[in-house]
Amino acid sequence: MVRPGDVAVCRPDIVIHIDLPMAIEGAWYRPRKVFDRERVAVIFDHAVPSPSIKDASAMAEGRRFAKEFGLKHMFDVGQHGISHVVAAERGLTRPGELLVCADSHTCASGGLNCAGRGTGIPDALQAITRGVVWYLVTPTVRYEFKGELGPMVSGKDVFFHIAQTWGGHGNTSIEYGGPGLRALAMSDRRTMATMSAEIGAEFAIFDYDELTADFLKGRLDRPATPAHPDADADYLDVRTVDLSQVEPYVILPDSVPRNGVRLSSFAKQIRIDQAFIGSCANGLIEDLRVAAQVVRGHKVAAGVRFIVTPGSQAVYLQALREGLLETLIEAGAVVTNSTCGACFGYHMGVLGPGEVCITASPRNFKGRMGSTEASVYLGSPATVAASALTGVITDPRTVTSARA
Amino acid sequence: MTDGNNLVYTGRVWKFGDLINTDMIMPTTAFRLPKNRQHTLCFEAIRPGWAGQVKSGDILVAGENFGMGSSRPIGEVLRACGIVAVVAESINGLALRNCVNSSLPALNCPGVAALFEDGDTARVDFLAGRIENVTRKRSLEAAPLAPLLAEIVAAGGVIPMLLKDGDIHAEPFVAASS
Repeated sequence: MVRPGDVAVCRPDIVIHIDLPMAIEGAWYRPRKVFDRERVAVIFDHAVPSPSIKDASAMAEGRRFAKEFGLKHMFDVGQHGISHVVAAERGLTRPGELLVCADSHTCASGGLNCAGRGTGIPDALQAITRGVVWYLVTPTVRYEFKGELGPMVSGKDVFFHIAQTWGGHGNTSIEYGGPGLRALAMSDRRTMATMSAEIGAEFAIFDYDELTADFLKGRLDRPATPAHPDADADYLDVRTVDLSQVEPYVILPDSVPRNGVRLSSFAKQIRIDQAFIGSCANGLIEDLRVAAQVVRGHKVAAGVRFIVTPGSQAVYLQALREGLLETLIEAGAVVTNSTCGACFGYHMGVLGPGEVCITASPRNFKGRMGSTEASVYLGSPATVAASALTGVITDPRTVTSARA
Repeated sequence: MTDGNNLVYTGRVWKFGDLINTDMIMPTTAFRLPKNRQHTLCFEAIRPGWAGQVKSGDILVAGENFGMGSSRPIGEVLRACGIVAVVAESINGLALRNCVNSSLPALNCPGVAALFEDGDTARVDFLAGRIENVTRKRSLEAAPLAPLLAEIVAAGGVIPMLLKDGDIHAEPFVAASS
C-alpha cells in the first residue's frame, strides 16, 4: 500500500528503448547487462530512416545492443513506427502492467489500461540493467464519461475540452472511465492517454472494457490481468464529461492547458502554411480514415503543405490497402514514412520562421516543430484536414456539412 | 554556506516565469551538438546569452509547471550551466525525474516565485524543506525532497550509481557525426 508523497520502486514489465537517446551525445551508456532479455525491446522511431550520420550511428548502436543481449523484441527500420503505436500493435502494451520508455508520451500506454509515464534516459538505463524504476505516488483525478460524440468530434477534442475546463494536472494521475467509455473508440482513448502528458499528468489510465479486449485479441502472447479501480478508491476529484456536449477545439500556440478555443466561436482567420497529421497522438488508421473522408474529391489549398505521417508501418500498410493514401495524395497531401519526424521539428516537415502550422500532433511549444518564430496550433485530424482544404484554421463540421 | 553533502545550497537566484518547457532548456538543435556544448543553447529563445552569464553554484527559481515537455536530459544541461538547485511553484513530474536522476535537486515550493527577485541570494535546504531569501530575510517551508530521491542526488545521480556497480560501460556512447 502506497500513499501520495511516497516513492514507489517498481519492476517494469517491459522496457522500450528508442533511437534518440543514442543520438544525443553523452546520454547513452552501453549496458553491461539487461535484467531480462524478453522484457527489453528496441523500437526505432524518432529519426527513421536516418536523416543524419549521427542518427545512422545511433541506430547501428541500437542494433548492436539488441544483438549483444539477444533481445526478443527488436523493431528495426521496416518493422518500425512510433514506439507507442508499435508497442500497442505488437502486444507489448499489456493491460494491468507497467511499461517504461524514455519518451514523454509513454502515457500513451494508458489507453490500453497499461501504466506508463514518460521517464528520462537514466531511468531507462536503470530499468534496462537492473529492472527497477521509481515513481512518486500522486493523487488521482477520475473522469467519468457519459453520452456520445457528435460528428467530426474526436477524442482529441474531448482531451482539449478537459484541458480547457480543468487546466493543468501536474503531480496528479488520471483515470478515464464511466458509462460513456464504450462510446470512445480505442483510437480516441489512445489519443487522450497520449495527450495527457500535455497537461502534466503522471499516469493516465483508461478502464479496461470489451473494446480493449477486442483490440488486444490476437496481439498478446500470454494472458494479461487488467487493472480495475478499487471500489473504495480515494480520488482527489471525480469529474463528469458529457461527450455529446464536446465541440471541436483549436489550441493556440505555445502551451495546452486553458489555451484553447471552441472552433464554433473562433472568429480569427488564421492562414496556415502547413497542416500535419501524424505522431503518437494521431497517427492511427482511424485518424487517416477521417483525413481521407474530409479531403476526398477536394484539393489542398494553394500554398499549404499537407503532411500525413502514419504512426507505424502497419498503419501505413492498412491505409494503403484501404485506398486512403491514394485519396490523400490525390488531394495534394504528402504521405511520409512513419516516424516522429515533423512533430518534434527534426525532419520531414520542419517549419521556417514566420510559418504557421495546424497539427494533430501533441505538442505546440515555441520552436517545437522548427523555428522559434513559427506558430503551432493544435487540432484534431478532422480539423487539420479541413484546414488543409481551406488554408485557414477551420471547423471540420463546416466543410463536411457543406458537402453533404 | 553551500553544503552539497547535506543538500544545502546558497547561491544567486535566476528567476524565470511560468510554463518554462524542456525545449527552452534544451532546444532540438542542441541534440546535434557535442555534449560539452549542449548547454550553450539553454534558454537561448527566451533569455539570449544566459548560458554565458550563469555561474557555477547559482540557483534557478521558476513558476508553475516548470520543465513541462519531453524526456530530453534537462538536468544534465542545467548542471552543465552551473545550476546546483531548482525550486519552482510546481515542477513537471518528468522534469523532476530528469533533474534528480542527474543529481540536480529540485523541489516543489508553492509561493517561491514571490519570495525572490532575480539576483537575490537563496539558501535552499532540501532535506529540511526550507527555502530562504538571504537578501531580503524571508523564508518558506515546503515538503522536503523524498529520502530516496535525496539518496540519488547525493550519489551523483543514476549514471554514477550504475557505473559504481558495473551495470554500464564507463564511457558514454558517442554516435559518429562524420
